[in-house]
Amino acid sequence: MKIFVCIKQVPAISEVKIDRKTGTLVREGVPGMINPMDKNALELALSIKENTGADVIALSMGPPQAEEILRESLAMGIDKAYLLTDRAFGGADTLATSYTLSLAIKKILKETEESKNYLVVCGAQAIDGDTAQVGPELAEELNIPQITNVRYVELSENKIIAESIFQSDEIAVIECKLPVLITVLKELNVPRFPTISGIVDAFDYKEVVHWNAKDLDADIQKIGLEGSRTQVYKIFIPPQKNEYIKLSGTIEDVAKDLCQKLKEDKIL
Amino acid sequence: MSIKIDRENCTGCGSCINSCLYGGITLFDGKAKLIPEKCILCGACVEACPVGAIIIKDEKKEKKIDISQYKGVWIIGEHYNNKIKNYVYQLLGKGRELADKLKVELTLILLGSELDENLEELGMYGADRVIYVKSPLLRNYYSEIYVNVITDLIIEYKPEIVLVGATPIGRDFAPRISKRLQTGLTADCTGLDIDQETRNLLLQTRPTFGGNIMATIRTPNSRPQMSTIRPGMFKVPKKMDKKPKIKIIEGKFKESDISTNIVKIIKRGKKRINLEEAQIVVAGGRGIGSKENFKIIKDLAKELNAEVAGSRVAVELGWIDPERQVGQTGKTISPRLYIACGISGAIQHKVGILCSDIIVAINKDPNAPIFEIAHYGIVGDLHKVVPAITREIRRLKEEEKVRKY
Ligand SMILES: Cc1cc2nc3c(=O)[nH]c(=O)nc-3n(C[C@H](O)[C@H](O)[C@H](O)COP(=O)(O)OP(=O)(O)OC[C@H]3O[C@@H](n4cnc5c(N)ncnc54)[C@H](O)[C@@H]3O)c2cc1C
Ligand SMILES: Nc1ncnc2c1ncn2[C@@H]1O[C@H](COP(=O)(O)O)[C@@H](O)[C@H]1O
Repeated sequence: MKIFVCIKQVPAISEVKIDRKTGTLVREGVPGMINPMDKNALELALSIKENTGADVIALSMGPPQAEEILRESLAMGIDKAYLLTDRAFGGADTLATSYTLSLAIKKILKETEESKNYLVVCGAQAIDGDTAQVGPELAEELNIPQITNVRYVELSENKIIAESIFQSDEIAVIECKLPVLITVLKELNVPRFPTISGIVDAFDYKEVVHWNAKDLDADIQKIGLEGSRTQVYKIFIPPQKNEYIKLSGTIEDVAKDLCQKLKEDKIL
Repeated sequence: MSIKIDRENCTGCGSCINSCLYGGITLFDGKAKLIPEKCILCGACVEACPVGAIIIKDEKKEKKIDISQYKGVWIIGEHYNNKIKNYVYQLLGKGRELADKLKVELTLILLGSELDENLEELGMYGADRVIYVKSPLLRNYYSEIYVNVITDLIIEYKPEIVLVGATPIGRDFAPRISKRLQTGLTADCTGLDIDQETRNLLLQTRPTFGGNIMATIRTPNSRPQMSTIRPGMFKVPKKMDKKPKIKIIEGKFKESDISTNIVKIIKRGKKRINLEEAQIVVAGGRGIGSKENFKIIKDLAKELNAEVAGSRVAVELGWIDPERQVGQTGKTISPRLYIACGISGAIQHKVGILCSDIIVAINKDPNAPIFEIAHYGIVGDLHKVVPAITREIRRLKEEEKVRKY
């Protein structure tokens, strides 16, 4: 059995700051990291591996420096890591990203003569783009079913049972035969830390395979900017609101003023 | 596809450097220079350049589909146990506005099992037409059925715009549909408009990078233009006098055709907390001081018929339920009124409340960042201010009662 985990390198968001004076992003020293939910995806794959001996593969599409997160996944215990990197992949929206990822998965399945016995795990969403679209689009491209927003998984034989959250007060328990793609939430598990020997292995013995558009035999019309259907038309920093209205005086005055204002705003 | 910088025209002003989220441009010899390893070809710099010196080159001619065949605005509805969700009415309001600008019809698509009685009134919220796909199986949500049915309808009717709620369900089926149709999908939009220049393109605005940045996205070369829309972004429209055309399609699905089988549905106990759809939210942070003190927040909330929420700190200290956390790792809410009590307003908290109509901040520190986004600010001790507001609202209600008699 094979488990594919798709991981994305994202900027550590909490460290992205805005310089209000110049209205620009302060990027200096913002480190890259594994998208948080993708760590939960890795942890799930590794725990299944411990029980079943499944072969666990990490995939990432991104610029050359995304190799860092693949090394980190190897240090956690992933068997093999692939970086899909090519100038031609640049500017990809979710449509083009999922196409590119699907090519790598198909190629690995073909090379290893595995056809049905596999699971794909993605994070539910990435914290930079926040789209939550790559997982379902990848499932569609692979023509396999999907279960999104998963918070608990059990694997037995060739099927999985997953708990998915579609309504805030309900959990749907869903059963599905392999192959299937799931997207996972943070509450699924607590990701492990790499071990010292894991880190040594990851940097000294294991390799990150690089594949470009040609290696994947990609249709140029479907990758990168060319393969994207959405177009960023404008990027802007949310305008800062005007000065707020300051309410002052005695506590009673303040309370009266506020209620008066809220009445004017037709809220009360 | 590539980005070229015209060194002749470049003035070295640096606007492009600031616009790039990826550090993909520097100054070299007083002119902008691309760093190819970092550039992801997003095109933000092209927009930012005041002199048009950055050109995004499209080596191949886009093969154009015949866009003119596509007409009409669609909204895909959602229900919970056959009760239509509130945000669907909000989307109808926005959809009506877009349809009017384009002078086309507004259609609502519903998949359900017992929605027949609700169809007529949807006209009052702006729908020209309702297409209702009916089957006992559709009491529950099945990804595959939604994707198959909606894709087929889109292929048959060719709408130009398809709007879906950015709920867990909407975000489950919409991406697969867009993939099957090979069209663009913009996630979790907070604003929609029609481009005045091109006359017909949908402008889809959404926050990215945890709300630090807004992006406006277009889908110029494929149809339909699809987006998921965050619930709570638009007002439920005033009812109008309109009867929709209604088309009912009996769905012929069998459980055995579906690969994902729902084994059971577990209720998550407790009363449903629905911060996302709440009209008024009163929230407390570390400044509240203790679990017991949260009572003053609850009292105010009760008087306002509001939901109670908290900052991450309030949750971590165990003062309030994790489901009530607002912010980057909690809920994104968009009430008409948000009252922040003893909350400093860290960016991770702010991103959850930016879309509130009115924000009231109560904080004893006049420099707390929450004031940057507040409409009304009260610098003072919340332990005195909050009960005073509660009392005042009570008083007003009493007055109202007396006046009515
Ligand atoms: C990756 C990441 C994700 C995060 N996600 C979230 C999230 O989803 N939601 C969230 O809220 N936070 C989140 N945080 C945490 C966030 O950065 C802040 O730490 C948190 O929001 C602060 O909570 P607070 O405002 O309650 O506390 P503080 O920052 O300690 O502020 C307390 C405020 O109360 C005021 N105060 C004290 N006493 C009184 C009084 N008597 N009267 C009036 N005012 C008083 C103080 O002046 C102060 O401004 C996240 C952080 C990270 C790194
Ligand atoms: N470039 C990428 N490389 C590998 N996996 C990705 C990439 N982009 C997105 N993913 C996967 O898709 C999930 C959802 O991402 P998104 O649709 O961008 O919110 C992530 O958590 C990853 O598992």
